[in-house]
Amino acid sequence: MKEYFGNIYSALATIFIGMKITFKHMFVPSVTIQYPDVKPQLPERERNRLYVNMDDCIGCDQCSRACPVSCIEIETTKSLPGEDLGKTSNGKKKALWVTNFTIDFAKCCYCQLCVFPCPTDCIYMTDVYEFSEWDRDKLIYDFATLTPDERQEKRDNLAKFNAEKEAEKLKAASEPKPEIKKDQSEEK
Amino acid sequence: MMFDFLVDLTGSPILAGTIQSLLPLFLFILPFALFAVYLERKVSAHMQDRLGPMRTGWHGWIQTVADILKLIQKEDIVATDNDKFLFNLAPIVVFVGSYAAFAAIPFSSMFIGTEMDLGIFYIVAVTGLVVAGILMAGWASNNKYSLLGSMRSVAQIISYEIPTILVMLSIVMISGTMSLHTLSEQQTGYAWNWYIFGGPGSELSKFLFIPSMVVGFVIIYISTLAEVNRTPFDIPEAESELVSGYHTEYSGMKFAMFFLAEYANMFAVSAIVVALFLGGYQSPIGYLGDLIGAKWMIPIEQFSWFTIKGVFFVFVQMWLRWTLPRLRVDQLMAVSWKYLIPIAFVNLIIIGLITLL
Repeated sequence: MKEYFGNIYSALATIFIGMKITFKHMFVPSVTIQYPDVKPQLPERERNRLYVNMDDCIGCDQCSRACPVSCIEIETTKSLPGEDLGKTSNGKKKALWVTNFTIDFAKCCYCQLCVFPCPTDCIYMTDVYEFSEWDRDKLIYDFATLTPDERQEKRDNLAKFNAEKEAEKLKAASEPKPEIKKDQSEEK
Repeated sequence: MMFDFLVDLTGSPILAGTIQSLLPLFLFILPFALFAVYLERKVSAHMQDRLGPMRTGWHGWIQTVADILKLIQKEDIVATDNDKFLFNLAPIVVFVGSYAAFAAIPFSSMFIGTEMDLGIFYIVAVTGLVVAGILMAGWASNNKYSLLGSMRSVAQIISYEIPTILVMLSIVMISGTMSLHTLSEQQTGYAWNWYIFGGPGSELSKFLFIPSMVVGFVIIYISTLAEVNRTPFDIPEAESELVSGYHTEYSGMKFAMFFLAEYANMFAVSAIVVALFLGGYQSPIGYLGDLIGAKWMIPIEQFSWFTIKGVFFVFVQMWLRWTLPRLRVDQLMAVSWKYLIPIAFVNLIIIGLITLL
């Protein structure tokens, strides 16, 4: 009998204790972060989308070689002797036209290994992490600042310069040819 | 009364009857269901320190409208092994059962479906139809979880109907009427005339009634909570055990009808508790219409009082849902047969003895 009424009492009492707790929680500020409107504080060493500051890039290809998934593609074209490409912010002289610099973020694994080898600190992580696309091709980001026409022009210039050089070489080589041949044959 | 007014307006009793029978649905149940689903989500969210729906409209207030639109667009799936006839009939039976109860619920002194003398009896009888509908749904689904859920539901509703009826009987013994309209009229005046405070009058018996009435109120609240299959008595649709019980196989609008019936039922049982114990549509503090001499305002005030009381008890149902864990089947049966029924019986005898005084 005592147990019977004890059960009734404990049932009702615990229900009221529980209801008191839940009622209190109705007025506790919620922990929800309204994501697209309010963004959560990210950790200090977060790794997100890469950015390349092309003003500082010397086209050394070190980031591309460090990449474990080969998502960085760099194509450089030598500058002609007379051209001045300017200097990077830490004083290095640029010698190459960067005619192609693409990073495929569909492949990128956000390991940050490309960031450390860069001699001019021009490739770095930003705080952008929302860049989903419907089309996978749109995830290939082109960082090179030259327009397609300019790129072609640089390539053509170099090809022309090389051809001229080659032609000059041939021209120069045609006269002292026998001497060299003789030397070579003597050495043999 | 409402019916006479509609007869005057339309000139035909049949048309008037049709309009009056549809009024609670469009005027009350649908808006209430929309509001209650929203309230449920918000209450559950805030009790768990979340925010709930926030993105459809201001604080997500049209979320339920969006949900209804989604449910309307959904495919109505009927599996090949279902018993087609019963499967299609079940949601209608369940909804009709819970909707028919609204015929006898007094929303205000001017707005009551029918003024039948057997109001309480009618409600108890007609909500029994819900049991048949649920069993039908579980059986016709041809799915073990549905069948288990509906079996549990039937067992539960039938066991908890007994304490409910015993408490209703004790109120009938005091008031001498089964009509909910008359019951509400008896509790007129101020809050101390409500049956939870011993009913009208000021004799000794009124004060002797108070403890029994409070016990009766708690019993009827617990047992009606079990009758509408809400947590902590939601074992018929226990998500973690039975997928979702008897409406596992339903989709689209048929599922929506079960859903609507559940929320209509929640209000119906709250309304019965309010009408029996808390003065029905009567105001606890007197009417503004009386004060300023505008008699036409009184039914409107009564309607708002009734809605406020009903929605408050619906809120308490939600509050309990997000507070208590689910009972086991044996615990559920123990609560009904070992605790509620004996106490309700003793309560009934005590009230009988006091009424003899």
